[in-house]
Amino acid sequence: MKAFARLYTALDETTSTSAKVAALVAYFSSAPPSDAAWAVHFLSGRRPKRLVSSGRLRAWAAQEAGIPDWLFEESYHAVGDLAEAITLVLPSTGTSSELPLSHWVEERLLRLRGEDDDVQREVMIQSWRELDTHERFVWNKLITGSFRVGASQQLVTRALGERSGVPEGVLSHRLMGAWEPTPEFFQRLTAADTSDADISRPYPFFLAHPLEADPATLGAADEWIVEWKWDGIRAQLIRRAGRTFLWSRGEELLAGRFPEIEESGALLPDGTAIDGELLPWAEGAPLPFAQLQRRIGRKIVGRKILEDVPVVLVAYDLLEESGVDIRTLPLSQRRNRMAALLQSLAPGRLILAPAVPSPDWETVATAREAARGLGAEGVMLKRLTSAYGVGRRRGDWWKWKVDPLTVDAVLIYAQPGSGKRAGLFTDYTFGIWEGDHLVPFAKAYSGLTDQEIRKVDAFVRRNTLEKFGPVRTVKPELVFELAFEGIQRSSRHKSGIAVRFPRMARWRTDKKAEEADTIERVRELLDSVSGREKA
Amino acid sequence: MLTLTSSGLYCQAGDFFIDPWEPVDRAVITHAHGDHATWGSRAYLTSRTGLGVLRARLEPGACIQAAEYGEQVVLGSTTIRLHPAGHILGSSQVRIEHAGEIWVVSGDYKTDPDPTCTPFEPVRCHTFVTESTFGLPIYRWPGQEQVFSEINSWWRANAAAGKTSLLLGYALGKAQRLLAGLDAGIGPILTHGAVERMTSLYREGGVELPATRYAGAADSRADATGAIVIAPPYADASIWSRRFGDHSTGFASGWMMVRGARRQRSLDRGFALSDHVDWPGLLAAIEATGAGEVWVTHGYTGPVVRWLKERGLHAQAIATRFEGERAEVTETSEDPHP
Repeated sequence: MKAFARLYTALDETTSTSAKVAALVAYFSSAPPSDAAWAVHFLSGRRPKRLVSSGRLRAWAAQEAGIPDWLFEESYHAVGDLAEAITLVLPSTGTSSELPLSHWVEERLLRLRGEDDDVQREVMIQSWRELDTHERFVWNKLITGSFRVGASQQLVTRALGERSGVPEGVLSHRLMGAWEPTPEFFQRLTAADTSDADISRPYPFFLAHPLEADPATLGAADEWIVEWKWDGIRAQLIRRAGRTFLWSRGEELLAGRFPEIEESGALLPDGTAIDGELLPWAEGAPLPFAQLQRRIGRKIVGRKILEDVPVVLVAYDLLEESGVDIRTLPLSQRRNRMAALLQSLAPGRLILAPAVPSPDWETVATAREAARGLGAEGVMLKRLTSAYGVGRRRGDWWKWKVDPLTVDAVLIYAQPGSGKRAGLFTDYTFGIWEGDHLVPFAKAYSGLTDQEIRKVDAFVRRNTLEKFGPVRTVKPELVFELAFEGIQRSSRHKSGIAVRFPRMARWRTDKKAEEADTIERVRELLDSVSGREKA
Repeated sequence: MLTLTSSGLYCQAGDFFIDPWEPVDRAVITHAHGDHATWGSRAYLTSRTGLGVLRARLEPGACIQAAEYGEQVVLGSTTIRLHPAGHILGSSQVRIEHAGEIWVVSGDYKTDPDPTCTPFEPVRCHTFVTESTFGLPIYRWPGQEQVFSEINSWWRANAAAGKTSLLLGYALGKAQRLLAGLDAGIGPILTHGAVERMTSLYREGGVELPATRYAGAADSRADATGAIVIAPPYADASIWSRRFGDHSTGFASGWMMVRGARRQRSLDRGFALSDHVDWPGLLAAIEATGAGEVWVTHGYTGPVVRWLKERGLHAQAIATRFEGERAEVTETSEDPHP
């Protein structure tokens, strides 16, 4: 645990990529494979399931610290992170653990599963007493299932690549899909022999960068393929050895969630991998994202929901054909092969992503303006000659989103943030005018600079009208321009309107609260963009 | 004895205010930080050791009377004594005695040792008015030797990598405490103008500090390589800090105890070093006064009041405008008064 806690601290302490990679290389150079496997598991974002309830952890930590429960809650609010709050309230014991990470995970953490309260309590308290502050924090992060550190899977593969000499692309691919963090896995991961195979394993997703420059800087428009940027779930559909696998971009196996897609997948020839987007779809066009939300998270999919919200896979790209990885072929060829493949099947739930004509950039720009009306977020620009890469890279794939919708709204409630924003009022609710009062319209947490956040925080502290738990009602004075991607009617919101991805675009210091937008203007906005949904 | 008015804590029997936030006729000042020392009052009383720094912070020509720690000063029908608060140079607690009743107003204080100011002295009283900046059990300061050894190792590692270390801390008090804990053998110590001014006042007040050089005099980046620069928090990310080229930024404050506070500022390092009492220190200080009545000001007033009440004390929260160490994090310029 010592070495892993030291690695965590080193990663946490620096914002420099090279320093992080150096810390990872140092760790992997000395860690036994049994520890390294777990380290890769956690650092690449796989989290242990929470085995102890948060309520019990709080109660035991309060007891161990000798403080009443209410004081633990106050402390937790100030810290904004349960694992850290527990670490800080517990008195320091001056001990430290020489036991390896694999012991802590396999012999302690995983043993908590299914044990009764007394046993869990015993293990937790004993663990807290054995660990020093840094180790205790990492341990609590694992226990609360919130382990996250400033090291992406990309950094882990870079470090492993540096250490083992295995190309990063191979490492990323080996890290896809389902695997057990065993010493054997770690040895296979870093083995020079690349002829390994796992029939379910998806390819790393290739992601686009947002386009900020003028598209004319990309060269001639006809060297690009333009597609709609859909707002669904990016997914990979794989057919190998007579089995079908549907993976989300979060590398979650979506088995059983979208049976209609898996049925269509079963018609694909063995050795096929398609990259696409799951979309709720009816009559040749997407339904609002909220409809898809009804399907997400549902483990049992009944007939009614299948009929209400039919889903398709809009296919963007073909990654594997006849068992051969074709990611390095030019996109134009991959797309042609995919078109041929889909055409050979009976019409079903797999739809070739329609290409938007792109004779010149003006035509593309006009199409982009029309995107919202079609239920898309903008357009994707992909170079015809591009390979299917790994991760988010600049150059060949760009997303060019529609300018967001905006509304000027007044700050009415504020709440402290968590994690990095703990102790600062960073989570805001904004209101718009309905007659002479402000009706809550949207919540937003992002878009301000750190300096602006500190100013708003100071304002909230000096202008609190009422407190409800951690929430403060503030004097309605500050106006912000909120930007968002979509707008819909909603019976769950007080204003009757829901917006998608709201964030603060600008602090309108030039506007007074009375000058903020009214519900009438927001309803007009709704009508202007949702013609199709109303029909 | 004391009442809270719109100008601050007021003592009618003595006709004076303690750390008023508006100009008044007579102000007793616990220490020279901006949220406690407001311009424009007709007469000030402060400790002898704090006279220099307070004069530098108030308007030119302000009428300031100084008293030794423990010296009796009669104001109206009260007797005042200032006792060291251990917060910064010259910081005081104010002991007020009237008709056999004794009150103590803590101002900002810490009970940990600090070579740059007189140590905190517990004073027995009936009513204790205490700050509560860090009044939660998550705040337990690590040992100072450990913190200074972390600071010095960080500086040493940066120096070895050819980088400048930019260490942020409040210009008055924190900066000088940092200077006193640095290992001057590692490299040159540079200071921001605001820090340099306060540091020279500390030296005039007899506090021994390592040799420093005004960073404004550094005329090339090479001058700062391997050096540590002590600067106030607002210097971070300003044009001023760019002159140091490749540098690592650290921040010394009690808030750095919490990881989120460090990440909010995208700092390379946070050092949990505070000039306020931590949770155990606060409880011990309250107990040492023997007070049966406790007024709790700026900070985590709610939890501290509840904790004290559950232990049978009379306690209440008082809404002052003091900001405690938060001022260090949010301040935007050296002097809040133009």
